[in-house]
Amino acid sequence: MELLSGNEAIARGAWEAGCTIGVAYPGTPSTETLENFAKMDGVYAEWCTNEKVAVEVGVGASAAGARVLATMKHVGVNVAADPLFTAAYTGVNGGMVVLAADDPGMYSSQNEQDSHFYAMAAHMPMLDPSDSQEAHDFMRDAFELSERFDVPFFVRSSVRISHTKTPVEVGERTAVARKDYESNPAKYVMMPAYAKPRRKVQLKRIAQLGEWVETCEYNRVEQKGSAVGVVCYGAAYQHVVEALPDASVLKLGVSWPLPKQKLADFAASVDALYVVEEGSDYLAGAVAACGVTVAEFPCGLPQDGELSPGLIRAAFGLEAPEFAEAPAGLPGRPPALCPGCPHRLVFKELSRLKAIVTGDIGCYTLGALPPLGSMDSCVDMGASISMAHGFELALAHTTRRPVCAVIGDSTFAHSGLSSLISTVYNQGGGTVCVLDNRTTAMTGRQGNPFNGETLQKRPSRELDLEGVVRALGVEDVRTIDPNDMKAVRKALREATASKTLSVLIFRSPCVLLERVVKPAYVVSGACTGCGVCSGLGCPAIARDRETGLASIDAGLCIGCGQCAQYCGFKAIEQRGR
Amino acid sequence: MENEQGMGASLETTTVLLCGVGGQGTILAADLLAKACMAANLDVKVSEIHGMAQRGGAVSTVVRFGSKVQSMVADHGCVDIVVSFELMEALRNLPYLKAGGFLLVNDEIIKPQSVATGKASMPARMHETLQEQGALLIPAADLARKAGTAKAANVALLGALATRLPFDSGLWSDVIAARVPPKTIEANLAAFQAGLDFAS
Repeated sequence: MELLSGNEAIARGAWEAGCTIGVAYPGTPSTETLENFAKMDGVYAEWCTNEKVAVEVGVGASAAGARVLATMKHVGVNVAADPLFTAAYTGVNGGMVVLAADDPGMYSSQNEQDSHFYAMAAHMPMLDPSDSQEAHDFMRDAFELSERFDVPFFVRSSVRISHTKTPVEVGERTAVARKDYESNPAKYVMMPAYAKPRRKVQLKRIAQLGEWVETCEYNRVEQKGSAVGVVCYGAAYQHVVEALPDASVLKLGVSWPLPKQKLADFAASVDALYVVEEGSDYLAGAVAACGVTVAEFPCGLPQDGELSPGLIRAAFGLEAPEFAEAPAGLPGRPPALCPGCPHRLVFKELSRLKAIVTGDIGCYTLGALPPLGSMDSCVDMGASISMAHGFELALAHTTRRPVCAVIGDSTFAHSGLSSLISTVYNQGGGTVCVLDNRTTAMTGRQGNPFNGETLQKRPSRELDLEGVVRALGVEDVRTIDPNDMKAVRKALREATASKTLSVLIFRSPCVLLERVVKPAYVVSGACTGCGVCSGLGCPAIARDRETGLASIDAGLCIGCGQCAQYCGFKAIEQRGR
Repeated sequence: MENEQGMGASLETTTVLLCGVGGQGTILAADLLAKACMAANLDVKVSEIHGMAQRGGAVSTVVRFGSKVQSMVADHGCVDIVVSFELMEALRNLPYLKAGGFLLVNDEIIKPQSVATGKASMPARMHETLQEQGALLIPAADLARKAGTAKAANVALLGALATRLPFDSGLWSDVIAARVPPKTIEANLAAFQAGLDFAS
């Protein structure tokens, strides 16, 4: 037995199934899946610019006859939804499996949408593992199922499946030859004349899947007492078994489509049937749609966030253990930009400009938190640039506050580029700040088109960011060292003063890429306690509560010198100078 | 519990919560604990949260083991042993501790940024509050330093934890030796023993 996270187990299962191609855009909690898959023998794996591209690469590889894995977080499924819905018409040649990793509780996401609705809406079957062993087994089996039913399969996980390690009995790899490819426009050219018959094929497939799930061993009844029956899947299944040891459970391994007859039989075997699911009403609605009466919880189950055995017990009015309260008002430890982070001064200067800042998805979203507190919005990948255009249109000269979009290099490649083209095309103004830290930092420093690093370290090339932006027709394109306060200030002042669109590329590598630690800075006796340096929000800078005097933690300081540039009293000096 | 030994027989699920501040080595410690559980032929689940909890953030990992483990998360009042790598995090996680559970706390304070910049203050009477809850305060960094390297403070805490677990503490040495850098095996084993002796 090996102790594997759900993501490691999924990668292993795909490999054992003879999957040879893996595609993804990184996103918590899915990221390590493709990273682990990429390390295995005999596979090709790549980071794509975004999830839509990844799925399209996958659909192509599948049509050509290879078994292919595409992985993404739940919001990535939104991006990939367009090809997915139609791939459920074309079907597959080589088996294709899509990992959708949900984040109930929003540990690292902007929403907690439930990917089950996509399975139902796209008519793509979905498997729901409840531990790493099932994650491994379901992923391994999904490729054969995908080929059998001629449709891509979803495997759905959540943060507690992807990031929980449990023992797994692994197996050997089955070599699967690539299937022959023959042109078949009626299957793969989805124009109306061909799509209409494929829709009929899809409906027939849905009926076949409906029969399969009735006998599929992934759906199993654990019959105990007859008073309470619970239908559940995924992590919630584990919580239910722990919380309600006397309840009978219908554990669904296939979360779409549902086994109607099995549900009806199970409902008939218990006095009351409940549905337990995390932060969603997909399953309750789908079970009710099968004609089964779903009972209300005596005390209600939370509609948001993660579940736990305690929350399920509470829903049934069962007693909870006593516990000691934590002392009130404990100071928190919110995440912060790292010491030396090249994003810091850009936010400080945007804050000084009182700019309206449309943000984006990445580490730099932390620029929204105090003391920097300089971000007005963060909605989805690439939204910074398009939302800035929207702000400009609606505010049109009614405010003196400049509108600035802030976006990272990887996010820009993901979907910022199409937003920028639209702004240029429509003669929009404003300032776009590309925080180019040479990596996809938030998810653990993956490669992207602008740093030219590929997942399996194959040769690539760095895309010329300035050249790309200029080629779109942006005339004011500048590259600035974001660690140089005066340069940042000057560039932002000039760009926001002009009426035309400016793109400022702030380029400096993430401090976690290469840990270059220069001698730490120290605060001298010239400190007056003004507090300007601690307003930068650097974790290395402390300030005395009584005197206001600053100090620098030599263990945390990496010697970037950002703070020294803000000290009006020259009280911050580098050691050994 | 049908069999006090627990080895191979029915052992009720035990829940350990390891908490601290990002960078303190809680994840490695949880991994070692899980490997020790597997060496004891027990089912085990380790649940940690990645993502925005980075260096300096509050971190916690739940390790549950027994004959058959179901849920991977812990509710308030349900943790048998809380091992806190930092004093204030012990207070923050106090609600998870089961009545009569063990509270093992590294006697070290790491100030959060809000305290370091004078915007908030540390709670009063931290040591006293923890001692009232029956905490064992462990000078893990001192123990580890004397054993050879202060970096093994997390392993010293595991030594202390081993005294409260329902399986043989002799299982640990192979697990530790297999996981830490070869040059530090001796120091880590010594730190483990120091923690174990301290808490025995």
